[in-house]
Amino acid sequence: MFQRIRQAIRGAALMDFIGAFGLGMKYMIRPKATVLYPNERGPQSPRFRGEHALRRYPNGEERCIACKLCEAICPAQAITIEAEPRDDGSRRTTRYDIDMVKCIYCGLCQEACPVDAIVEGPNTEFAVETREELYYDKARLLDNGDRWERQIARNLELDAPYR
Amino acid sequence: MPIAKVNGVDVEFENGMTVLQVAELAGEEIPRFCYHERLSIAGNCRMCLVEVKPGPPKPQASCALPAAEGQEIITNSPMVKKAREGVMEFLLINHPLDCPICDQGGECDLQDQSIGYGRDATRYDENKRAVEEKYMGPLIKTVMTRCIQCTRCVRFITEVAGVSEIGLISRGEDVEITTYLDSAVMSELSANVIDLCPVGALTSKPYAFNARPWELTKTESVDVMDALGSAIRIDARGPAVLRVLPRTNDAVNEEWISDKTRYACDGLSRQRLDRPMIRVKGKLQPASWSEAFALVAARIMAAKLERIGAIAGDLQDAESMKATLDLFRSLGVANLDCRQDGVKLGAGPRESWLFNSTLAGIDEADALMIIGANPRLEAPVLNARIRRRWLSGKLLVGVIGERADLGYDYNYLGAGPDAIGQFVKQGAISKQKPAFLIGQGALGRDDGAAVLKLIGEAAKALGVVREGWNGWNVLHTAAARVGGLDMGFIPGQDGLCARDMTAKGALDVLFLLGVDELDLGKTDAFVVYLGTHGDAGAHRADVILPGADYTEKPGLYVNTEGRVQRGERAVFPKGEAKEDWTILRALSEHLGAKLPYDTLDQLRGKLFADHPTFGQIDFAPGSIPAALDLAKLGAKGKVGDAPFASPIKAFHLTNPIARASVTMAECAALTAGLKHAAE
Repeated sequence: MFQRIRQAIRGAALMDFIGAFGLGMKYMIRPKATVLYPNERGPQSPRFRGEHALRRYPNGEERCIACKLCEAICPAQAITIEAEPRDDGSRRTTRYDIDMVKCIYCGLCQEACPVDAIVEGPNTEFAVETREELYYDKARLLDNGDRWERQIARNLELDAPYR
Repeated sequence: MPIAKVNGVDVEFENGMTVLQVAELAGEEIPRFCYHERLSIAGNCRMCLVEVKPGPPKPQASCALPAAEGQEIITNSPMVKKAREGVMEFLLINHPLDCPICDQGGECDLQDQSIGYGRDATRYDENKRAVEEKYMGPLIKTVMTRCIQCTRCVRFITEVAGVSEIGLISRGEDVEITTYLDSAVMSELSANVIDLCPVGALTSKPYAFNARPWELTKTESVDVMDALGSAIRIDARGPAVLRVLPRTNDAVNEEWISDKTRYACDGLSRQRLDRPMIRVKGKLQPASWSEAFALVAARIMAAKLERIGAIAGDLQDAESMKATLDLFRSLGVANLDCRQDGVKLGAGPRESWLFNSTLAGIDEADALMIIGANPRLEAPVLNARIRRRWLSGKLLVGVIGERADLGYDYNYLGAGPDAIGQFVKQGAISKQKPAFLIGQGALGRDDGAAVLKLIGEAAKALGVVREGWNGWNVLHTAAARVGGLDMGFIPGQDGLCARDMTAKGALDVLFLLGVDELDLGKTDAFVVYLGTHGDAGAHRADVILPGADYTEKPGLYVNTEGRVQRGERAVFPKGEAKEDWTILRALSEHLGAKLPYDTLDQLRGKLFADHPTFGQIDFAPGSIPAALDLAKLGAKGKVGDAPFASPIKAFHLTNPIARASVTMAECAALTAGLKHAAE
C-alpha cells in the first residue's frame, strides 16, 4: 500500500523523466566513445590477430623453412604447403596457401612457427568482392609481410616480455 | 627356462637373451638408439641403462648385458630415470636444434625419447660440434652434425649388405661416419640405413623436404619389383605416391627392401598412360573407351582363333591375369603365355617352379648351389639372407654361372651346363639340407627344357629333395610369374609361346597385358596393349588401354615361394585409366563373351574356385618332397655349352616403372659409370 502511494507521487512529479534527461545532458558534454571509422581508429593490442603475413629477415631472405607445423596445427585446415629443396639446398616452400575463408583467426599458426615467419598482422581491412581473392598464395602473403613489417616487428617487440 | 624378476614380476626367458630383451618380454619399453634386433650389439649409445641386481651398484647398459637366472631388473627407478636423462643431455649437447628443417621430424627416435628424458633447456654454453656433410650417392642425404654415432648404419652395411662402404673414423670429439673416399654407397640394400638411422643424419635424398609423416596416408601392400613379394608400406599424399617403406615380414623380407623397391616410386607418376589411344596413320591419337573397345573387338572377331594371342607381363596381379585368361580361353584361344623371357617352366607339378625350401628355409640350409642366377641383383633381400647364413659358418655356397661379387665367398664351379655334370660326378654331398637355387638365366635359354632336365637329374642324384627337406628352389625375377604359372597361363594345345607369338607373321591380333620386356620389333600383328607406362609395349601398340599399376589396385601376388599375398590400393589410377580387370570385363561384353563376374570379390571367388592355391593367403607351401619327382622335369634335348647369364643386366632398370623413374636412372648411370671406370 505504502509502495503504491510512493510510486504515484514519483510519477506525478515526473521524477523518471528528469533523471533520464539529466543522464542525456551528462553524456552530451562527455567525450565521445565512437570514432569516425575510416578517419579515426580505436586502440589495438599488439597481440591483435588480423590478416596473415609471411615475414622476411632483414637481408631479404624469407623466414619460412617449410617445417609445416602451422599446416599441422591449423584447426580449420586452411593452410596448404608444398616444399622442395631450393637450388642452394635449403628447405623452402614452393607453395604456401591460406584459405582466408576457412581461417578462424585463432593464431595457432603463429604460435607454432619456430621462426616467426607466419604472423597475424594488425590489418583488418582486406574485404574483397569475390571469394577467390581470399585464397591467399605465397606471393600475396610475402607481399603482406613486406607491407606491414614495421608494425608487425613493433608488435612482436612489445609482446616479447610476456612470452 | 631361467627366470628373472623385472620390476618385481617373474619372467621366464631363453638362455642367451640380453637384459633388454627380457625386459621387453615383461612388457617394459627400454629406450635405445644403437641397439637393433637384426644387427650386432654395439652398446655405445648408453640410452638403455637399467638397474640390475646382483651386480655393481650402478646403472648398466641392458642391450649388452646377458640376462641370468635370478636376476632382478629394475627399469623404472629414479636412479634409472636420472641416468637416462644424463645420457640424453650428453647426446643433445652436440645435436643441432634444427628439427623444423629436418626430414626425420615427426618420426625421429631422438625427438620421441627426448619427450621422456630430455631437459627443457640446455646447460651447455660452449660451441656445438659441426661435422661436414658426406657424399653417399643419389639416394642418401647426409646431415652429419645430427649424427649421434650409434653406428647402426655401419653395422648394417658391413653385416647385412656385405660391403664395407660406410665406417666410423677418428676418436672422441672428432668421430665421424664416412664413406672413406666420398664415394657413393653401391649396395642394392643401401637405403635401409635411412630407416635404421634413429636421427636425421641419414635421410632420403629423392624425398628430401617433400612431406611430413603426419600428412601421408599409409597403405600396407606388396612389392612387385622382384619376385620376393617384400612387405611394403606405400605412403601417399593426395594422388601421388611419395615413398615406399618396408614392413616387417620375417618370412620374406624381415625388415629390409631393395633400393629399387624403395625408390622406383617416382616412376609411378611419369610416362603414364592416362587415356585410351588408337594408332591412326602411324600415330597414336587419344580416343574414347568405347572407340577403343569397338576397334579391339572388331579386330578380334575378324581374326581366326589360332591367329590371336595374349601375353601377360611381369608386374601383373593375379586378378588381371585371371580375367585375361578367362576371356581368351572362353573365345577358344590357345596362344597364351605369361613367360616373356621364355623360361621353360610351367609343365609338371607346382613344386617344380617354386622356391620350395621357402626363403626362411635358407636359414636351415647347409649347402647351396646357385645355378644361372645372381641373387644379389635378382633378389637383394634374399641375398642378405644367404649371406647371414654364410656368415654363421654353416652354409657352403657353390656357383655355376656368372662370376659376380655376391658379398660372400663361394666355390666357383664353372660357367655353363657342362659344370653341372662335372659337379654331379664328384659324388653325393655329405650335407643334411642341400639346396639348389635355380635362376631364370639357366631356364630362359632356347635349350632351357634340357637344362631343366639336367639340373633336375643332378638334384635327384645329390638328394636335394629328401624326407622333411625340399631344396629345389627356383628364383623367379618377375612378381607375376608364379601366379601366372599357378593358373596355367601357358600355351594350350598347339598354342604358341611368347617368343613365337612375336615372330613375323605369326598372329593377326596380339593382346599384351603389361608386356614390356619382349622384342616387339618383328611382329606385324594388330597389337593391343593394356598397361601403365609408355614403354616398349605401348611404343609398338595399335590400341592402348590404360591400366592401373600396383599401387592403384587391390591385387593378389604370388611370390617365388608360392606365397599368395594381398596388395592394397594406395591411390587411384591416373586420368581415365581403370583397374585392369574392369577393362577386361568391359572388353568381354564388346566381344559377346561376357566374363562371369561384376565385382572384384566375384572375380576372386572364381579364382579361388578354379585354382585353390590362391585362396591360401600368406601361406607358403614349403617342403612337400613326395609331390616332386625331379627326374621327370624338363624335356630331353641337346644342351648347348653357352655360359649361363643372369637375365638382369642393369639392376635399376628391370621394369617399366623403374625405367620411368628419375632416381633409378641416376643410380643406373652411376653403376654403369663405375663399371666403365673399373674396366
